[in-house]
Amino acid sequence: MEKVGKKNKSSFKMIYLLEILAVGLLLVFFFPFVMVIINSAKSGTEVVLAPLSMPTDWGAFVRNVREILTRPNIDYFQSFSNSIIITFSSLLTIGVFSAMSAWVLVRTKTKYSFAIFMFFLAGMVIPFQVVMLPLVRLFQDLKNLTGIPFRDTFHGVILAYMGFGAPLSVFLFHGFIKSIPIDIEEAAIIDGCTKPQVFFKIVLPVLKPIFVTLLVLNGMWIWNDYLLPVLVIGLGGATKTLPLAVANLAGFYDKEWGLILTSVLMAAAPVLILFLFAQKHIIKGMTSGAVK
Amino acid sequence: MHFACLLESGATMIFKKIGLTLLYTFLSLIAIIILPFFSVAKFFANRFNLGNNAFIFDFEKKRGIVATFLIKHWFSDSESAQNNRVFVWFLFPSLGSFILFVFVPFISGMYLSMTNWTGLNTGRELFLWFDNYRTIITDVRFGYSFYRTVLYSVLNIVVINVVAFSLALLVTQNLKLKNVYRAGFFMPNLIGGLVLGYIWQFIFNRALVQVGGIFTPSLLINGESALIGLIIVVTWQYAGYIMMIYIAAIQNIPQDLVEASTIDGANAIQRLKAITLPLVAQAFTVAMFLTLVTSFKQFDTVASLTQGGPATQLPTWLGGVYGLSGDMPIVQGTNLVAMNIYQEAFSRNNLGLGQAKAIVFFAILLVVSLVQVYFNKKREVEL
Repeated sequence: MEKVGKKNKSSFKMIYLLEILAVGLLLVFFFPFVMVIINSAKSGTEVVLAPLSMPTDWGAFVRNVREILTRPNIDYFQSFSNSIIITFSSLLTIGVFSAMSAWVLVRTKTKYSFAIFMFFLAGMVIPFQVVMLPLVRLFQDLKNLTGIPFRDTFHGVILAYMGFGAPLSVFLFHGFIKSIPIDIEEAAIIDGCTKPQVFFKIVLPVLKPIFVTLLVLNGMWIWNDYLLPVLVIGLGGATKTLPLAVANLAGFYDKEWGLILTSVLMAAAPVLILFLFAQKHIIKGMTSGAVK
Repeated sequence: MHFACLLESGATMIFKKIGLTLLYTFLSLIAIIILPFFSVAKFFANRFNLGNNAFIFDFEKKRGIVATFLIKHWFSDSESAQNNRVFVWFLFPSLGSFILFVFVPFISGMYLSMTNWTGLNTGRELFLWFDNYRTIITDVRFGYSFYRTVLYSVLNIVVINVVAFSLALLVTQNLKLKNVYRAGFFMPNLIGGLVLGYIWQFIFNRALVQVGGIFTPSLLINGESALIGLIIVVTWQYAGYIMMIYIAAIQNIPQDLVEASTIDGANAIQRLKAITLPLVAQAFTVAMFLTLVTSFKQFDTVASLTQGGPATQLPTWLGGVYGLSGDMPIVQGTNLVAMNIYQEAFSRNNLGLGQAKAIVFFAILLVVSLVQVYFNKKREVEL
């Protein structure tokens, strides 16, 4: 009897220790965030002299923010809306078009559909570095061939994202659609639906969970991506995204850490704020997508 | 003032712009797939003196084999023709852009890797067969990059997985704030690699040097320790993510198994060995695969943290492999393969050579990840 009581007591203590350990680790993990926040409220000299202390004047934060909003080489509003446009358009096109492809690939049981699916899968192993140099060249070639500019345009970037996002999205949709019973679709056909109607009215709403997963997965990738935009848009391009804008600013003002950290904070803030609201979806989307 | 009004007009503007962008994207996709087809058709028409009208089908007049086939399988109202139409049009956007922007560059990349393409001689480059690949084999800097990438990847895989698994064990205990911890550890993963590199460059070079100890002078100044700095940064970013995978696996362990072992008198370490580890083996495979691939492809963080630097001397043993003696050449400490490819192409303008490096990189990545998955699967079965 006594022994059990003792054991409970010790495991009770253990939990406390673990709790303290977890809080400590959390503080370590948050240290960089804290550094960014306190140093984005400092002027140029203050950052260099006292990077670890609290800022003397929080008004410097407002000044830094105002500076970021007006500096031409970061162009915050412009690059923020560019990021929004590119991310949202890509998400929508990747999501809907991949779902369409995956659906016909699942529901058409021929050797062609299997071959095309395998072709998509093969695309998953290709790292971007292998394709990036010919891609830049292709953008130029396409302009020469069709007269439509592709470098530093929205549709150019979005088409590239559609191509690179297709394999994973088709794969995930494929797996999900396979688990949906075909009976509903057949019933709809008998009731007089055309095939496209079946897809858009019946199948697409059922795909919602996997659609959300892919929104998160592709959204995080596209919003934070650097290598593809830097190649097809360029650091100072008119359609530059937020990461490019930050890199551009950091390249221009090498040592002005107060400004750079403010821009970093303003680039990271949208996603972090979104995370506070949609935490469950984001964590679930990012991990379940990877495990499959 | 009219802030709300301003915000609203901004939002509608962005929505309009997204709509227009989508329209333009789709139109240009159609254009780039159909226009080349026309120019090819035109080329053949000129070649065979067929005139410009040769490719317009006149269905009333000539019902050749092609026309009959098309009508039967494409234009008619029969169910199979309908299915064919849906099949092609539904596949068209994603398959088209995938072929155009991934497959075509991949194939043309194989050709370009055997040329002396420099960016200035685009279209006039010479075909060199395997000269670029020969250059790569004898290039000591690429060898060093490769060695650094392997070293970095191995250390990174071990550190990230150990940290992530420990965190996962910690936050699956019966802690009060466990959801807060999980979200907190996960948070760095939301920030892009590039932005994150700037944060840590500041921390290593400005903040931690004032703390002293091992952080003075900055880790990023020395070629050897810069790699450790990079591992710290990437672990901070990635451990929370991998932790989530382990959490999912640990929570899938049947609770009665844990209870049974507790009743049988197993202590925490025995439980970990006999139950937790074997049952999360599959998660290990996934996590190791993910960390391996991301470590190998690491670019963004390096680009902003160290730009591939700092300069350091080539290790003597590696110089020996390449038959060098005496003073070793200066190399870049965190010049990982992805960075090396980028610099070869854009700093030194050797795009052909850079492409060859990229293909070597791809081949190695493919082999390594296949081998890794194979061994992990085998171990999974044994456990």
